[in-house]
Amino acid sequence: MTLEKLIFYMLAAVIIAAAMMVVTRRNPVHSALFLILAFVACSGVWMLAEAEFLAIVLVLVYVGAVMVLFLFVLMMLDIDIAVLRAGFIKMLPLGVIMAIAMAAELILIVGPGNFGLEQYAAPVRHAADYSNTEEIGSVLYTVYMYPFEIAAVILLVAIIAAIGLTMRKRPDTKYIDPASQVLVKRGDRVRMVSMDAEKG
Amino acid sequence: MEFFISLWETLPSELQYLIWTLIKIVVIVAPMMLAVAYFTYAERKIIGYMQVRIGPNRVGPKGWLQPIADALKLMFKEIVIPANANKLLFLIAPAIMLGPALAAWAVFPFDEELVLADINAGLLYILALTSIGVYGVIIAGWASNSKYAFLGAMRSAAQIVSYEIAMGFALVGVLVAAGSLNLGEIIKAQQGGLFSWFWLPLLPLFGVYVISGVAETNRAPFDVAEGESEIVAGFHVEYSGMTFAVFFLAEYANIILISALTAVMFMGGWLSPFQGWPVLGALFDWVPGFVWLVIKTGFFMFLFLWLRATFPRYRYDQIMRLGWKVFIPITIVWIVVVGLAVVYQVPWWFD
Repeated sequence: MTLEKLIFYMLAAVIIAAAMMVVTRRNPVHSALFLILAFVACSGVWMLAEAEFLAIVLVLVYVGAVMVLFLFVLMMLDIDIAVLRAGFIKMLPLGVIMAIAMAAELILIVGPGNFGLEQYAAPVRHAADYSNTEEIGSVLYTVYMYPFEIAAVILLVAIIAAIGLTMRKRPDTKYIDPASQVLVKRGDRVRMVSMDAEKG
Repeated sequence: MEFFISLWETLPSELQYLIWTLIKIVVIVAPMMLAVAYFTYAERKIIGYMQVRIGPNRVGPKGWLQPIADALKLMFKEIVIPANANKLLFLIAPAIMLGPALAAWAVFPFDEELVLADINAGLLYILALTSIGVYGVIIAGWASNSKYAFLGAMRSAAQIVSYEIAMGFALVGVLVAAGSLNLGEIIKAQQGGLFSWFWLPLLPLFGVYVISGVAETNRAPFDVAEGESEIVAGFHVEYSGMTFAVFFLAEYANIILISALTAVMFMGGWLSPFQGWPVLGALFDWVPGFVWLVIKTGFFMFLFLWLRATFPRYRYDQIMRLGWKVFIPITIVWIVVVGLAVVYQVPWWFD
């Protein structure tokens, strides 16, 4: 077994173990942390597949930004585990049906029938100076120009909409315009008084 | 000796490679730790002199052994773990913060040939790793099971995440100007002396990057994490002994990293400032590139201390305003400017 294969199986084991922990841990913060571990290990697998741009961006975007916000929300919320776990038995049949349906779909799509060397030839090894980033960039801004730009605009609309929905005026904040703070002169705040010295 | 050489040759080549890489890592990390230790000493001395006092001068001649004494003291102190704290997360939080700060050096070019992993996507790698460091803060605050630590963690994590965006955008400008994500290539794109370095064409991004770097490392004037007038000591209030020391190691390692990165991105890394100049260029030709890199990095490290000794602390809402409403628009505008300059090959830098 080569070192590369060993690394792959180690990463795969970490991903599966972490993914199991995500759904089995009771504490949602722990689940989120295991999800982060799964992301990091996934990025390692992508790195082995010579997709270094995707691998690093996965860490940068999902681990570095999305999961931080997730953790923020999870830690701030006071999640009552008992309420979440109530009705477990009642919901169990529905859950089992859903799980079976999902598993069946997954097996149909990513099952052995559609993969393997017969369907996909082993990818060609690239030289060390091959830049995955450049390749993705050149395709993204030529062939997939419109889908890419449209996706960007949709995301922008979503951001503006989210801000617009949650923005509210709060009359109780003591907000001061920074420009007016900067422009303050001594005379606005201090009044010089000249007094005669008192005799003790 | 011959025995060891023959023993070495019996090892499989992959294991040899692994051992070599480990040795190289030690060669990078060990001086880094020493630099961190003496940076704390330099900080106390320099801020001391700026405030007209002497600073540490008791342990060893002129206080040179002070960092060693501090390290020993912290190592032998008890590590107190708060009641009902999540023990595992509590203990790995400092390691999560220190790990990325050290791992980022893997792609750092110390000289033209001197780099551990000369990868194409070096800049992305550094961005990704520095974005992991924030988990140390969040996990430490949460695992401490303390409201002060938690509030402190929320404040500094929000600050770090906010300034990361401005920092990332500033680096986008650099990579547009250099046309490469490889740090060595970015340095080579700046060839031609002091005024060819990117600090001049990318001046707004340079300013944004340095200031965001200060905010990113939670240093004064953005040190709300330990704003003693408001919130005890921030996310590491429950930490003691070595666990606390590791947080400080991480903070100073991050400062050195940001300073070195500023030197690479905007100050030409290991290039000589007089490169290609009539007389001075030849006069300073013998200086090795590594020395220039150390001088530049040292300047930015000094800047961190200088800022700390000079400025009063920012108010929290103004930190957020500066990051989101001032820096991010500046960087976006300047990325467009740089893009146009590169496309139309504006003279002096991009032709």
